[in-house]
Amino acid sequence: MAGEKDDIIISVRGLKNSFGEQVVHEDLDLDVRRGEIIGVVGGSGTGKSVLMRSIIGLQPPDEGEVTVFGESALGQDETQAIEMRKRWGVLFQGGALFSTLTVAENVQVPLREFYPDLDLALIDEIASYKIVMSGLDASAGPKFPAELSGGMKKRAGLARALALDPDLLFLDEPTAGLDPIGAAAFDALTQSLQKTLGLTVFLITHDLDTLYAICDRVAVLADKKVIAVGTIDELLATDHPWIQEYFNGPRGRAAVASTEKQG
Amino acid sequence: MSANADFTAETKGDARTLRFTGDLSLAHLGDLSDRLDAYEDEVDRIDLSAIERMDTVGAWVVHKFARNHDAAVDGLDPDQENLIEQVEHADQPVARPPKPASPFIRVLDEVGAATITAMHTLVGLLGFFGATLVAFGNVIRHPRRFRFNATVHRFEVVGVSALGIIGLMSFLIGIVIAQQGAVQLRQFGAEVFTINLVGRITLRELGVLMTAIMVAGRSGSAFAAQLGTMKLTEEIDAMRTIGVSPMEALVLPRTLSAVLLMPLLGFYSSLIAIIGGGLLCWVSLGIPPVTFIQRIREVVPITDLYVGLVKAPVFGLIIAVAGCFQGMQVEADAEQVGLRTTAAVVQAIFLVIVLDAFFAMFFTWIGWI
Repeated sequence: MAGEKDDIIISVRGLKNSFGEQVVHEDLDLDVRRGEIIGVVGGSGTGKSVLMRSIIGLQPPDEGEVTVFGESALGQDETQAIEMRKRWGVLFQGGALFSTLTVAENVQVPLREFYPDLDLALIDEIASYKIVMSGLDASAGPKFPAELSGGMKKRAGLARALALDPDLLFLDEPTAGLDPIGAAAFDALTQSLQKTLGLTVFLITHDLDTLYAICDRVAVLADKKVIAVGTIDELLATDHPWIQEYFNGPRGRAAVASTEKQG
Repeated sequence: MSANADFTAETKGDARTLRFTGDLSLAHLGDLSDRLDAYEDEVDRIDLSAIERMDTVGAWVVHKFARNHDAAVDGLDPDQENLIEQVEHADQPVARPPKPASPFIRVLDEVGAATITAMHTLVGLLGFFGATLVAFGNVIRHPRRFRFNATVHRFEVVGVSALGIIGLMSFLIGIVIAQQGAVQLRQFGAEVFTINLVGRITLRELGVLMTAIMVAGRSGSAFAAQLGTMKLTEEIDAMRTIGVSPMEALVLPRTLSAVLLMPLLGFYSSLIAIIGGGLLCWVSLGIPPVTFIQRIREVVPITDLYVGLVKAPVFGLIIAVAGCFQGMQVEADAEQVGLRTTAAVVQAIFLVIVLDAFFAMFFTWIGWI
């Protein structure tokens, strides 16, 4: 069992988050294993994004422990925090691109920030191939975020999140607002990156197709905590009403059917 | 700790092999890329069997070298092979923004662009003013479409909430004018004319002008920022699809409130400034309030009040139209909201001062001096 302990990349224990009177999380536990794609689902307002923000340090929790890469992510000094941030990439819901910079410059920001000695020509090349890898055309590089569509912004955001070749990737609803073809391509991209780079992906989503297609495990958020973690088959074996309704509702069944059709 | 990326070259027969070692990743790359760029000998094979780890940056550097030297890459495990393939797939010519022109051309270009923008803004502002008038006409013909609640709410935001800050500002301006005037006039033994100075300049000019500047900063900017944000969040488009005219629902209440409240605020400001001036005259020149008020009534003609009251609604109109116009011009991104808000305030104050100069000449010409 000792080996398995080493394979936990994110560990959350006894997390409590609240906004004023409203308690979002209470006594929340979650483990994410190295190299897996974990999907986080839950109804609107169950604090999926808040959980992600707690893990990446944007939302200091009221109580609890967050451990990432085996080190506590809370109460670090600035240098430790920077070392940790170098090893993860985050894609926010709307892309969160810097609106005054071009797409290529957006991708270059983390490179310039964390590796100031890097050769400028190499930074240019890295940004360029990252943009293409994320599924954009190379000609998108000199464009400003305002000139891009929603889906292109997400891809540009992904290129920025991948700029440092992170070990850990946080995706907040990456396929929301994408057309089905674009969403499927995004899923395929996430999976191939996870395979080739050995990424661990923390994926918040509402997209049942994504859950079925690429997630190794799914964590369900409800009643202020993670009520179940496991493969979809394992989740279906539980009798929690929300989980049953979520996966066995009309949309859940449709997603199963389409997954089976693709084999 | 992983070793930094490095390479050694060895020659076996005719074939030259480059053997990479260490950690071929972004954090451990060091100057490898520069050294590879400088490497000019011919290479037939690249051997990666001795490396510890490779990420996309390492794969990119290797791929680039292999491409430039036409060398074969081997010694990879399947994952690394996949990585190289992915990078190879993503190798497209870097798209760069066009090169900037020479400084001279750029200056000309910017001057020209600024001139065209200024002209477009002027035309747009006039057009927007016209659209506001049309909306006003429509509301007069269909009085039920008038947004009474929205207008009253604007009255409060533009007028009532501004009373404190405008009062304080005017009071201090009154004191400053009286104090500076007294110091200068004392040299001629004409301190008593301080009263003329305070009474006339506040009613004719400063009361309304300072109020206009304050309202432009407080409300003109707010109009631009509100409408700009609503434009970004597509609220204005949503309104149009429901059949609500943004001109009637948003622009008209704001314009009306500014037009109707500017005279009141301007008058209030003049009054407070006179009180401030009177207080200084009493404390520093020993002129009692009763004498001060009597002198004011003697030396300030009623036309001074009219001058202020005629200008005020015009200034209010300019501030509201500039604010709403700039807000409605916001497109694309959040940065524009800031730029447009600044432009609204700057234009409003500029136009107010230009118009004030014309008013000054006009009133002199018709004999209200």
